[in-house]
Parts: sequence; C-alpha cells; structure tokens
Amino acid sequence: MELFRSHVLVCGGTGCTSSGSAQIIEQFEKHIAERGLEREIKVVRTGCFGLCEAGPVVIVYPEGAFYSRVKPEDVNEIVEEHLLKGRIVQRLIYKGDGAAPERERSLDKIGFYKKQKRIALRNCGVIDPENIDEYIAMDGYQALAKVLGGMKPMDVVNTVLESGLRGRGGAGFPTGLKWKFAMGGATPKYIVCNADEGDPGAFMDRSVLEGDPHAVLEAMAIAGYAVGASQGYIYVRAEYPIAVKRLGIAIGQAREYGLLGKNIFGSEFDFDIELRLGAGAFVCGEETALFSSIEGERGEPRPKPPFPAVKGVFGGPTIINNVETLANIPQIIVRGPEWFSAIGTEKSKGTKVFALGGKVNNTGLVEVPMGTTLREIVYEIGGGIPGGKAFKAAQTGGPSGGCIPAEHLDTPIDYDSLAAIGSMMGSGGLIVLDEDDCMVDIARFFLEFTVDESCGKCPPCRIGTRRMLEILERIVSGKGEPGDIDKLIKLGSTIKRTAMCGLGQSAPNPVLSTIRYFRDEYEAHINEKRCPAGHCKALMRYIIDPDKCKRCGICARACPVGAISGDKTRPYTIDPAVCVKCGLCIEKCRFGAIYTK
Amino acid sequence: MGKKLDPKLFEALEQVIVRYKDHKGPLMPVMQAAQDLFGYLPIEVQDYIARGLDIPLVKVYGVATFYSQFKLEPNGENTISVCLGTACYVRGAQKVLDRLKEELGIEEGKTTPDGLFTLSGTRCLGCCGLAPVIMINDDVYGRLKPDDIPGILDKYRRARSA
Ligand SMILES: Cc1cc2nc3c(=O)[nH]c(=O)nc-3n(C[C@H](O)[C@H](O)[C@H](O)COP(=O)(O)O)c2cc1C
Ligand code: FES
Repeated sequence: MELFRSHVLVCGGTGCTSSGSAQIIEQFEKHIAERGLEREIKVVRTGCFGLCEAGPVVIVYPEGAFYSRVKPEDVNEIVEEHLLKGRIVQRLIYKGDGAAPERERSLDKIGFYKKQKRIALRNCGVIDPENIDEYIAMDGYQALAKVLGGMKPMDVVNTVLESGLRGRGGAGFPTGLKWKFAMGGATPKYIVCNADEGDPGAFMDRSVLEGDPHAVLEAMAIAGYAVGASQGYIYVRAEYPIAVKRLGIAIGQAREYGLLGKNIFGSEFDFDIELRLGAGAFVCGEETALFSSIEGERGEPRPKPPFPAVKGVFGGPTIINNVETLANIPQIIVRGPEWFSAIGTEKSKGTKVFALGGKVNNTGLVEVPMGTTLREIVYEIGGGIPGGKAFKAAQTGGPSGGCIPAEHLDTPIDYDSLAAIGSMMGSGGLIVLDEDDCMVDIARFFLEFTVDESCGKCPPCRIGTRRMLEILERIVSGKGEPGDIDKLIKLGSTIKRTAMCGLGQSAPNPVLSTIRYFRDEYEAHINEKRCPAGHCKALMRYIIDPDKCKRCGICARACPVGAISGDKTRPYTIDPAVCVKCGLCIEKCRFGAIYTK
Repeated sequence: MGKKLDPKLFEALEQVIVRYKDHKGPLMPVMQAAQDLFGYLPIEVQDYIARGLDIPLVKVYGVATFYSQFKLEPNGENTISVCLGTACYVRGAQKVLDRLKEELGIEEGKTTPDGLFTLSGTRCLGCCGLAPVIMINDDVYGRLKPDDIPGILDKYRRARSA
C-alpha cells in the first residue's frame, strides 16, 4: 500500500450524504490537487461515524482532528491551514456537549465516543467500504481463512455457541444454537442475511452495510461453511440505495479476489451471495415472510414450525441472521469466544448498536457493551435532552417494543432486564421522549404503523389492531370513554396470544407498555379531556398571556380564520370556538406570549 | 390507459426476463427492473411479465399490490417523500406533512393535477440527526420547519417553467 502523510476521512453514510458530504469530498480532492498534494494526502469516503447530529463530519489523521458541520466553502481553509501548515482550524472543531474546550478534540476525547465499544461498527467510519483492500488491511477475511484452513464445521458452531452471541434482529435467540440446528438435514441449504431493517426510526443495519459490507459477506461464508450451504441471499430494503450499491461492489470485489465463488482459499468450499431487494413491506422483516418474498410471492408469513433451520427459503434448511449479528462473527472467530463473552452481562454478551434519536442532543449511532444503563446512553453519550427539558421515556424496539420511563433509567440494557420491565431490546431503535411528547399519541403512532403494515392474513392482527387504533384515535381526539383502557388491555392481550406471526403478537406492546407506565395520561385524556403534554391538537387550547402580549397584532393578521381579536388598547385574545389550532400564531409571535394548554 | 408505452422499453424488459428466467424466485427482481424502466407497472407490463415468466397474471398483480413500492399509476415529475419515522415524528414531521398537503392541495399518496408533485410518506431515511426530514427525488432537506416548505416547492416550480 502507498504511504500518505495525512488521511482525510469524510463520512459517506446516509446522514452526512444528505447534508452534503459528497460536495465536501469533491472540494477536498480539488483543493488538494491544486496544491499538488495528491501523493501525500489521501481522501477517504467512509461509512457512518455515528455522530450524525454533527454532520457532515470530517476527521483528519494523524492528528485525529474532528471537524463537524463542515460546509463545502470551509474545505479550502482546512486544506490551507491544517493540511499545508499543520494548524488545526479551531473554528470548525467539534465542540459538542459543552465539555471543557480542548485545543484539538479527537475521537477518544469526545463524550459521545468515550463510553462506546465498537465491535459491529469497528470499521465504520474507518475504512473505505468500496475498497476490499482496506477491509483486508483491518484483518478482513482472516476469520474465513482460519475457518477454511483447519476448523471443522462443528468447531465453528461451537465457537459461536461459546461466545454467547444472541440474535440482534430483535428476538435474541442464541446464534450458535440456530446454526447447530441447521447442521444436519436436507440439502441444499441457504444462508440468509436479514437486512430489511423495519423499525421505522432506526438505521443500525444500514450503517453496517454502508460502512463495512465485507464483514457481512465474510460472516455469511463462515455460516455457509459451518452448516454446508453454498448459496446466500441478502434481503435488503430498496429504500437503502447506498447500502445496495456498496453491497453490490463488495460482492463483485470478493468474487474477483476468490473470496466468494468456487473453491474459496483453494478449499473444496463453494459459496456465493445474491442480493434481493425488498419492496416496502414491514412484515418482510419477519423471517418466514422474508422467505416468501425472496421466492417472489406476496410477503405473507407462514406458521412455525417448521422452523427455518428445517424448512426455510425454497424449502431448504436455512439460517437467517440479522446484519449486526453477522457483523460480530468474524471477530469472534479471529479473537476467540472468550474475548467476546468477557464483554457484556451474564446472559447478554458483547455489544449492541442503537440508533439514538428523538429528543436528545447527540443523535446518531452508538455501540455500547451490554449492561450499559439507559442513563449512560441518554446523558453521557447522548449529551442529554435539548432545551433543558425533562426526560419522560425512551422507546425501544419500535412498533414491537415498549417504553422505559424515568424510574428505570438505571436499568442495565440487556435482553432480559428490558423484557422484565415490559419493553424489549428490539433491533436497536432508541427514541428519547421528553415532557412535550404525549404517550397516548406515541402508542397511536406505532399502532397506525402496524395497522398499515399488517399483511391481513390472520384476523387477530388484521381486525384486532384496527379496533385498538380506533379506540386510541378516539382518545386523542377527546372522545375517549370510561372503560376504553380496559378494552385496550383486553384486546391487546388477546391479539398477543392469537396472532399468527411476530408482527401481530408484538403489535399491542407499545400500547400495553404506555398504559403500564403512563396510565394517568390516558385517564387525563379520557376523563378530563386534557392532554398533559400539551400535544394532542383536539384537546389543546391556545391562550395569549395578557402580560406578555405587546399588542402588535401580528398574530391576528396571521390567523387564517380570524379567531384573534384585540387592538392597541387591550391585549389580544383567541376565541376557542373559532380557533382551528393550526399553531400559526405561536410561530409568528415574537414575544412568546402565546401558549397552549 | 393514458399514453402509449414505448416499445423500446418492452425490448429492454424482454432482456431482463431472459436474464432472470432461470434464477430462483425471479418475479420480484423482474418487477423491480420493470418499474425502473417504465416508472410504474401498468397492466400491460404486468401482463408481459406474466407471459414472459409463464405465471398467471393474477400472481403478478397480487405481488404488485402487496408491496408499497410497486406503483400502478405513474408518479408526478417530482416525488416528495416525507419521513414519518419515529425520530422525525417526535420532532414535528406531522406539521411538515400537514403544511405540504396544504400547499399542494393533495393528500398523502396523491399527485397534483398539474403532474408536478407526488406526495408520499416514508419510513426512516437514516438521517434522524437532521429530523424532521423530507426527500424530493434524491435531494434531502433536513431540520425543516413548516415555513421552509413554500420556498422549497418554489424551486421545483421555477425549474419547470424555466
Ligand atoms: C414483524 C417483524 C419484523 C421483523 N423485522 C426484522 C428486521 O427488520 N430485521 C431483522 O433482522 N429481524 C427482523 N425480525 C426478526 C426476524 O424474524 C428474525 O428473528 C431475525 O432476522 C433473526 O436473526 P437474528 O437471530 O440474527 O436476530 C422481525 C420480526 C418480526 C416479527
Ligand atoms: S426517523 Fe426520519 S430520518 Fe430517521
């Protein structure tokens, strides 16, 4: 490999690409070429660094200077000052969470990264995902070489078993056990990677695919060797164009290097991978529905048993694993199961990646050892809640999950502790909610999603979730009736017991868990026709504070329905009978005199 | 059935069918390629695929109507996708969507009468740090306020009249 004196790493993940990182790369290449520095400085487009809030992000090595919210017009200055004269551009350095300003802030000094441990994400933001050589330089494909160079299939399965790795797709099933079940039985067998990432507010798997696609390919080949499969499928959401493109490039390069295809590493082992694109159906993340979809059918789930290890895609025994699960495998093989099982808690080993979003300062992607508390994630890594607002709850597991209220902020995050408090680990979506968020409305939001996505095959899910949604819609629009809460609980428990697949079985969770912890909010909506968070429009009243009102009349002019009256001599007031609650007056008032109750 | 479909596109579709015919489970990849070619899946195209793969038309239609990405009607010139993922929702995506509906005078999933915009909702676009987010064609607009909407739409209106 060539040697460069500096590396400029520009994040090419989806978040930073959206905020313009492609132009930044162009600018770096242009300004570096203008100064004839192409042989000294290398510009690398990497996967996601995680701190999407600060994007677009640029890191310059060897100093490790972390520049945030860089604009194309800033690039010339970085090249001139930092790359040419060795002076870090302080103005652009990430200042972040208000910690003591440091002259140059590098990755390991930033609060966001301090508590993290990167295994699944270890190469994300570090290597160029479109260049297989960079993956190989980070010990890539060493695990596959080790496996093919002398491990028996049973040894591979035992290694994964001993590591204690559990599925990261949501259910937390021990991965080694899943592989073991698929060892005997009929042929041909298949390895499927579930990259359908259905949680509507999460993007962990996408970042792995965008930032380190080869790790997934390598793991699939290892799984193929362990159970005797020679064909793999990656089922990836079509909404992830960058991931699809990089996976395609990675598969091409791996074939070219003989790391996929026939006689890998000169062994008898053949393995190849085909990409399959989803087409926008949440239920296709459920494994049996995913198989139907690969086969070219409507993505409807099938009853289990038979389990995938016996009868999966195209009727053959199939291992299906989530992207993040797979991303852990190569390192478990290279570094040994003891290394992995030393991280985490007794029953949940290793790390978990979360997509941290919502009302938190540092939104982005974080990877923490199992057992880290929610408080550490929200406050130390996430930098707390914006605007000094109070934490209300964290939602995990998306439409299948539940919420964790403030009283459980110190619960260690692992599969079993989260299940014990009525939430779930889920695939990694972690949305922080503050005092302004209405829990009834959040439950309604998720239920609306599942109703929309229900495939319609079984009645409990098709009809039952719709009835629950209707009740919730009534409650948030001020038409709730006594007894609604009990009806929701009864319906929810019945659906959980009787639905055919995981979608229906978990759909009531967001409702049941918000009732469990925030029953008072439901009651306020129903009995007092009041939304304690001041969120639900139908229950809201707009009021002008007469002491703050400067009588400028801007609100009255802005009001589209003429609900506001007043003049220079008396403060303005809003007629609730006319007000349509559009919120325009609040936006327009320059004195913060209008509020909702 | 609106305008006539370009025969050249059917030739391209034929090649796709030939390429996938011997693959296992060829239907979805062929339909996805067909939608890339035609922009949507009119019944003539579905019929062509059914014949090419030797399967009943009803099966193609069943798949086309199951998945939200398959479109049976053409989109407008510009497609606006509003992220309705959780992170965007809690940061005010609904207000942005409401404003778009108001400005365009259409509901989610519909196209403006002049054919300039199609409005659709989508799930997490993967840039929750920029929430709330919309995407118009391939361009992402983040950290939006409802008041930003008219200015953004004007850009596309001007581009058309230019
Ligand atoms: C409605 C529903 C949606 C799911 N969505 C996903 C998904 O998006 N990604 C995923 O990896 N697993 C998803 N799963 C879980 C899969 O069915 C399956 O358990 C998982 O892919 C197994 O991989 P793992 O053991 O590595 O976690 C979903 C399950 C259900 C019931
Ligand atoms: S929820 Fe909108 S980008 Fe993630």
